[in-house]
Amino acid sequence: MKERGIGILLLLAALGALIALGLITYFIFQAGVPLIARVGLWEFLSGMRWNPTSKPPQFGILPMIVGSLWLTVGALVIGVPLGLAVAVFMVELAPPQLAMVMRPAIQLLAGIPSVIYGFIGLTLLAPLVRAAFGGPGLSVLTGAIILGFMILPTIIAISEDAIRAVPLAIREGALALGSSHWQAISGVILPTARSGIIAGVILGMGRALGETMAVIMMIGNSLDIPTSPLQPATTLTSNIGLELAYASGPHREALFATGVVLFIFIMILNALATTFVRRPVLSRSST
Amino acid sequence: MHITLRHSNPELPRGARPSARWRRLLLLWLMLLLVACGPRDAGGITVTGSTSVTPFAEHLAELYQHAHAGVAINIQGLGSSAGIRAALDGVAEIGMSSRHLEPDEASQLDQIVIARDALAVIVNPDNPITGLSTAQIQGIFGGRIRSWDAVGGPALPITVVGREAGSGTFSAFEELVMKGKPTATLALRQGSNGAIRQIVAQDPNAIGYISLGIVDSTVKALAINAVVPSVEHVEAGTYTLVRPFLFVWRKGQPLSPLGQAFVDYVMGAAGQSELLKAGLVKGSTTP
Repeated sequence: MKERGIGILLLLAALGALIALGLITYFIFQAGVPLIARVGLWEFLSGMRWNPTSKPPQFGILPMIVGSLWLTVGALVIGVPLGLAVAVFMVELAPPQLAMVMRPAIQLLAGIPSVIYGFIGLTLLAPLVRAAFGGPGLSVLTGAIILGFMILPTIIAISEDAIRAVPLAIREGALALGSSHWQAISGVILPTARSGIIAGVILGMGRALGETMAVIMMIGNSLDIPTSPLQPATTLTSNIGLELAYASGPHREALFATGVVLFIFIMILNALATTFVRRPVLSRSST
Repeated sequence: MHITLRHSNPELPRGARPSARWRRLLLLWLMLLLVACGPRDAGGITVTGSTSVTPFAEHLAELYQHAHAGVAINIQGLGSSAGIRAALDGVAEIGMSSRHLEPDEASQLDQIVIARDALAVIVNPDNPITGLSTAQIQGIFGGRIRSWDAVGGPALPITVVGREAGSGTFSAFEELVMKGKPTATLALRQGSNGAIRQIVAQDPNAIGYISLGIVDSTVKALAINAVVPSVEHVEAGTYTLVRPFLFVWRKGQPLSPLGQAFVDYVMGAAGQSELLKAGLVKGSTTP
């Protein structure tokens, strides 16, 4: 009886999560899709102008889509090599004591609130970027550097697991054939762990795409399509975060519609990540 | 109730005790949930809206609550449009706005001007410019003037900083200065007066606009058409970048006794003198 009761409670909790996801999806689409239908999907996605309160209003989110892509790619350019290097170091090279200190330190990096990252970007990094390169300082570059650090924990944790999961036999085989440690890492271990590493990168990409608070503080939020990393930009998330509090009527609908676009982006990324995670480590060599 | 819990099942074996603890936690959680869902304080009102009005309203509410024990005036800064909407929907008793009402809003709402606020155009203190004409400001925010030497300053690019669509300050600036011309897409957008002040204080090339009441020594307020922004010049009508701070509520629906008492306090001698001390200009019962 008691077992059944607890079982039912846990089932309800599990269903609660699913229902919450369903409700969120429903409300975002219900609030955003009518505007996309009115404006036209292509107009909405490819429009260059965002003037939601002018008369007549203009709802084009291309600058934000481009801004999101710029920033995400920038964060990956900084975060992936760094994260991969740390993961390889921790698994292959670091003395166990050092790795034991590094792991919690990296987890702590994930625990820092994003508003703190944004604050550091705004008050420390932006003036440095302005002094070094000119421009307003609040820019894609500033945002990408900080975001690159923000996605490090995700990339490191998942790549580390993937590298650790490479079977010892493969490792030993590479060394037995006379390769150096570095040759084994770059030629055998990393390629074998590839699918896990790609999954980590995709999850990091999702984190970069979804980050809002820190981005609002660092990226300047201008509505130009940036042509250099030193220019400010707006992302899909930062525009929603910046404007939602004040928006009403069609403006609000347009922000939800932006949310729909973002939702679909993230869904695609997560689906990709899931397929890569599920792919077994040895799939390539065993086929 | 909790007595039965604490002494429940004394005949059960030791292993069953943790479940009693879990049940107590569950009970506590349910009680918290009940408290969170409880009715609002009977002696309270909610005033919500413009983030520009919020600090002044909070100050007045604090003074009022100090003098009248037991009443709760809850001030929320969500933006002018959100405040007007909350008043229309009856979510809040009083809405705050820092822009004029649209005709359809004005037909459904009663309004009073609790004070008038001047917008100051600010630059970094290191900037040699001390004043601009309205046309020059239009040129700068419209993106036609891109360098300070075009308005008599050094040959440096201008960093334009404005507000996001939907904010009362943004629509006041659009209405008073831009007069229907669009703000350039290159302008940085920030979510609050404070954020603009922070950026202008950091960036020697920046120009922005904020409430005169919160101009401080970290930035320099410009004379516009050779008129220095000051309370005297606003009252004399020579400084023209002035917007109303409104309290609005549903037409034909009398305020609650507390709501009416708070409005009377704000419009009375004591409230008005506090607003003047804070750098605002006297209000009036008509817009």
